Amino acid sequence: MSKKSIDIARNSRISALKMVNSAKAAHIGSSLSCIDILSVLYSGVADIRKPVESRDFVIVSKGHAAAGTYSVLATSGHMNLELLDTYGTNGSELGGHVTHSKNDLITLSTGSLGHGLPYGIGIALSKKRKSFDGRVFILMSDGECDEGTTWESALLAHQFKLDNLFVIIDRNGIQSLSSTEDTLQLEPLAEKWNAFNWEVETIDGHSHPQIENAFKSSRGPKCIIANTTKGKGVSFMEGSVLWHYRPPSDTELDAALKEVGGNQNEK
Amino acid sequence: MRNSFAKKITEMAQKDSSIILIVGDLGFGVLDDFANKLPNQYINAGVTEQSMMSMAAGLASQGFRPFVYSIANFPIFRCFEQIRNDVSYMGNPVTIVAVGAGLSYGNLGYSHHAIEDIAAIRSLTGFEIYAPCDGSEVEVSLELIIASSKPSYLRLGKGGEKEISNETLSILNIESANINNHGSILFTGSIGSRVLEAKELLVAKGVTPQVISCHSLNDTSIQKLIRAVGNFPIMVVEEHSKIGGLGSWIIESADEMDMQLKVSRIDLRNHSISKLGDQSFLLDEAGVTAENISAKFLNLVGR
Repeated sequence: MSKKSIDIARNSRISALKMVNSAKAAHIGSSLSCIDILSVLYSGVADIRKPVESRDFVIVSKGHAAAGTYSVLATSGHMNLELLDTYGTNGSELGGHVTHSKNDLITLSTGSLGHGLPYGIGIALSKKRKSFDGRVFILMSDGECDEGTTWESALLAHQFKLDNLFVIIDRNGIQSLSSTEDTLQLEPLAEKWNAFNWEVETIDGHSHPQIENAFKSSRGPKCIIANTTKGKGVSFMEGSVLWHYRPPSDTELDAALKEVGGNQNEK
Repeated sequence: MRNSFAKKITEMAQKDSSIILIVGDLGFGVLDDFANKLPNQYINAGVTEQSMMSMAAGLASQGFRPFVYSIANFPIFRCFEQIRNDVSYMGNPVTIVAVGAGLSYGNLGYSHHAIEDIAAIRSLTGFEIYAPCDGSEVEVSLELIIASSKPSYLRLGKGGEKEISNETLSILNIESANINNHGSILFTGSIGSRVLEAKELLVAKGVTPQVISCHSLNDTSIQKLIRAVGNFPIMVVEEHSKIGGLGSWIIESADEMDMQLKVSRIDLRNHSISKLGDQSFLLDEAGVTAENISAKFLNLVGR
């Protein structure tokens, strides 16, 4: 599985970079940060194509990582690759934040932080009430932990004993204007989730085996704190607030593509 | 209305296991029967209005029919973005049940009033709104809600409302009603009892308006209503802000239909949020009285 997910991640980084360059869109740093997590999930670890009685669900609650999400969906075979070329164009079905339109595999339109977890709790609770199998994976940003609904939902998920619910926090340490700790201190983050009675596991969010392994077991609602690097894979984007917003110029795109193992002429 | 809701939703949920009642830590004593009989279809989500609404949307996405029950302001204004993004835009058939329409909870202070709620929900895509005037209309509303697959908003009074719908025409069958040329008074919710008092005053003066309970509100029902009564004078009485409620809806729909209406409105435009008191006192203070309704109607019809 890891070999496959690593290929998906590499191709997705290439696609996402090209998409934000072409669309002059923001949030490439946020996409590069979580592409490994999404690649593991969509490579088959999350089985989103089974019948409803047993299928998994993925919610990308950090909807600004749209270029990354669409890239992974397409390169893992869940979405038509050609759709990616429409990103940022008028009439496209791919919104600048993750948008549910004709693609049922996108569970929820997001873009406003703090919606994915409570919505996912509804789906996980539905599975429990119907005695259905399958898990619900919710990818959140660390800045999203500022939202009140995150902690309301942390209470709810424990109360309902949702052992089919996995939250993955893309812990890149940077939010919109500054570091998470300089904005509203989140640490000790693991202890916070632990205090809400969640199982917590901290992993390297770019290690595919660690990501995959973290999904293998849970004793209740599980929070996976995935330590990541914003802009991962492109040295001049890594750890930078600037690349939360800035689309790469053509020259920057060339340089970035070389670092992630692609070139501009490659489809 | 609260008790009629509790009784009817319990009966319906016993036959339909997809119905889930989610309460926001409210409803003491009112929903006990439901909770006791149907523990697997009852959730107290605590004081988490925003998460509760998104969670309801998630449940609805999987085939459940969640009813989210709370006091007037909480399941609307506290979680409006959740309603917009997760319920309306995602097309999930959640039913919001707000108890305490208008100034029902007068003494509790304006935090607990709901006088802009219809405007807020009406502005969203795909919602159907129900504002019954008594227990019988609550039952009709619930049946319509379950028969539909759209998101909906059920606006309830507080409790203890008189049965008045047998004395009014219903918006639902207005097309088949005999409409006279004295004009109509249209209303939503329990304010209907004041409208009926006004009607008595008018009848004593030889004017007999149709009194129409507009408990089922959507573009189609409003258009049918306008087609049925719009050729004669119309008065709208509502326990709601002048912005975005029944009166606005009728005027805007008439504009879309290219119809000129002769319309007059009584609503909460003269309500002052700094006044405190019970519902009846606050309505009197705002001028929403039988006398004013009657006088304004006579003026409307040129008597």
